[in-house]
Amino acid sequence: MVNYIVRRLLQLIPVLFGITFLTFMLIHFIPGDPVTVILGEHASPERAAELREQLGLNDPLYKQYLKFLNNLLHGDLGRSIITHEKVLKELATFFPATVELTLAAMFIATVVGIAAGVVAAVKQYSWFDNLSMLGALTGVSMPIFWLGLMLIYLFAQVLGWLPPSARLSIEYSVPTVTNLYLIDTLLAGNWAAFKDALAHLILPALALGTIPMSIIARMTRSSMLEVLRQDYIRTARAKGLGEAMVILKHALKNAFLPVLTVIGLQFGYLLGGAVMTETVFSWPGVGRYIYQAIMARDFPVVQGSITIIALIFVLINLIVDILYTVIDPRIRYQ
Amino acid sequence: MKKIKVVSFLVLLAFVFTLTACGGNTAKNETKETKEKVFVFAKSGDPVGLDPANVTDGESIYVTQQIFETLVKYKEDNTEVIPGLAESWETSKDGLTWTFHLRKGVKFHDGTPFNAEAVKFNFDRWMDKNNPYHHGEFEYYGYMFGGYPGVIKEVKVVDEYTVQITLKTPLAPFLSNLAMPSFAISSPEAIKKYGQDYFKHPVGTGPFKFVEWKKDDRVVLERFDEYWGGKANFAKVIFRTIPDNSARLMELKSGNVDAITDINPDDVETVKNDPNLQLLLRPSMNVGYLAMNTEKKPFDNVKVRQAINHAINKKALVDAFYGGLAKPAKNPLPPSLWGYNDEIQDYEYDPAKAKALLAEAGYPNGFTTTLWAMPVARPYMPQPKQIAEAIQKDLEAVGIKAKIVTYDWATYLKKGQNGEHELYLLGWTGDNGDPDNFLYVLLDKDNAKKGSASNVAFYKNDKVHDLLIKAQQESDQTKRAEYYKEAQVIIHNDAPWVPLVHSTPPLAAKKSVKNWIPHPTGSECFFKVDKDE
Repeated sequence: MVNYIVRRLLQLIPVLFGITFLTFMLIHFIPGDPVTVILGEHASPERAAELREQLGLNDPLYKQYLKFLNNLLHGDLGRSIITHEKVLKELATFFPATVELTLAAMFIATVVGIAAGVVAAVKQYSWFDNLSMLGALTGVSMPIFWLGLMLIYLFAQVLGWLPPSARLSIEYSVPTVTNLYLIDTLLAGNWAAFKDALAHLILPALALGTIPMSIIARMTRSSMLEVLRQDYIRTARAKGLGEAMVILKHALKNAFLPVLTVIGLQFGYLLGGAVMTETVFSWPGVGRYIYQAIMARDFPVVQGSITIIALIFVLINLIVDILYTVIDPRIRYQ
Repeated sequence: MKKIKVVSFLVLLAFVFTLTACGGNTAKNETKETKEKVFVFAKSGDPVGLDPANVTDGESIYVTQQIFETLVKYKEDNTEVIPGLAESWETSKDGLTWTFHLRKGVKFHDGTPFNAEAVKFNFDRWMDKNNPYHHGEFEYYGYMFGGYPGVIKEVKVVDEYTVQITLKTPLAPFLSNLAMPSFAISSPEAIKKYGQDYFKHPVGTGPFKFVEWKKDDRVVLERFDEYWGGKANFAKVIFRTIPDNSARLMELKSGNVDAITDINPDDVETVKNDPNLQLLLRPSMNVGYLAMNTEKKPFDNVKVRQAINHAINKKALVDAFYGGLAKPAKNPLPPSLWGYNDEIQDYEYDPAKAKALLAEAGYPNGFTTTLWAMPVARPYMPQPKQIAEAIQKDLEAVGIKAKIVTYDWATYLKKGQNGEHELYLLGWTGDNGDPDNFLYVLLDKDNAKKGSASNVAFYKNDKVHDLLIKAQQESDQTKRAEYYKEAQVIIHNDAPWVPLVHSTPPLAAKKSVKNWIPHPTGSECFFKVDKDE
């Protein structure tokens, strides 16, 4: 097992190398550079050349790439061209926001998705099955920004139950420790702020969680259906086990493997791809941060943050693979 | 059974999660601060930085306008220059030496005094690439003063409250430049203390001081009680970043924010019809135009250019693509600028007249050409492609067949500078509110050199050139205004452009917000703004 983990971690090196190379090439090959974006209509060739020189964009591409790699190996992701702030420092504020949102979204998605999927499978073709699968289909197909706006409209504007945007009401300010507001507010011992942060989290988490929830529900259902037809389920029932026991212990556990894979993948996607949700709910997360950086051709930010996200994505996959052995003891890694 | 327990626990947890959250709002209201007025202003983007010398984007400048002040500043509702941190000034006959008499008793937020040394420190930091505090690009300094150090030769401290700036060559828009938010005076002590990180710790002399910046979320400012001009009405000003236009409007309607920028054209009616809200228009400091390449046939013929001016229905463009909230343009200058010539009569929309002019020019059956459209939305032209299509139809009606051409933004600009186009859509947002910043940059022969042209009509008129140069060397604003008015008449007759629109960006606020006068430069200080509780 330890061998396996070490081997997987070693495999990370070429993967990350490939990712940095691809990101670097992609961002440099799309037309336009930070100078065009900064200067716009005001771009006289002299000013542009001067600015390019200042920003170090005149070096040949391979030199820029090697410089980036060298800094990366020293744990330095550089400074943003646009804001002049250290990329690592900016990530430290934006990334926790996304992590908090993603965890909440995945929590909702997993709990509701699995529960709905199990019930739908057990009561196949019942009204609940039809309804929840219709719901899941809608959920997968719905544009997130539209769903987000509808949620804001209903819960924030019409009902007034939940705040429409941001992470915390402006009345509150807590010292930054982890940048996970649920934790920071608790650390500050500010119960009211904690509840406020929680209230701000619900709508975006719901919006973001809808697609994975639907995917998880559908996956759970089909996987459960397959398992429920197996001989050992019949055997379990024949042994006289209670239905709940049969479903949760024998069926769900065996049906869980593909679901876990989906959860792992979705988790990774959400970490990098919450741009829409973050925009609609003014959630200061990493998706929007990278999106803005791409639009501004802020090379160090794009390279640095995508490298970090890729690293986390790969790590999550590793954790999922390890979890397989916990759930299914038949799986052994050599 | 264990599993069932786990599942039930999770479901229960989800419920508690939801319930406590719903309770969150009521708890919040109890702790709301009372009495002290707070102004919450929501914008679509976060500041890039808060060092005024190093930012060019509107989002950052809006915040620095509250914290900082400049030696001279713009009048409340136009771009005329009035005293700021300098109470008065005089200039030598040759226009090379400017002496500023500084306001006394002004303090920076960190308690250090504002004086001639501080002014010199700031100029030295901007001008000199080798200055130890020259961290960043100092974009606007290089642009407005022609590089580092550019046109400024020396900044000298005469006495504690007098500072003398010597120029290498006269620069008529010098004062207008100094009024730009980029040339605000920072506390030298703070710059020394924070070094490269000064952009996160801004310290100025303005009515509000910096408290906190949570990235992509909010910037909190607090009233500076020792402000020389008195006390601001608000104890706090909070800038919130709400990127989505609809979400921002909803926050305003829910009452969580007091004012917002960037409203969808479709939402203008909603704001107008809401009894709790008011709509404000920011006076335009931009122009969207259609340049005709006067070096290419048939646009070398003035009659053809005038015909095209008659052929385009500007009013229809404004109604269709600006929600009615823009002014059809008749001059290259926006009307908020001094020197604007309001006596000029625009070419009226008249396809028959256009056809007659084309016939006179020798094109009774029209001709075929290309119409270049920008690939990106700009403040002066939110939907360039659709506008190009509308113009294409107008041209077709008088017999001109125009094919729409577009490239990515960088390529588009480059090809325009090279003069590869025929009809070319572009626009300009003013920097310093000086007419020179429009007319000389966009229509002087000096700027019509292939490869680096900002005069993309390649319009060359010696009389216009003489007037613009005379205006540059004159320091009396009344005389300068006369030159610019005269130049606009010639430009109007030569018609190198079809000036299309001056857009007036809409803003919305609660009805209770008072004394908010949007400034043409794109932002203003909230010192005098107030609201009824």
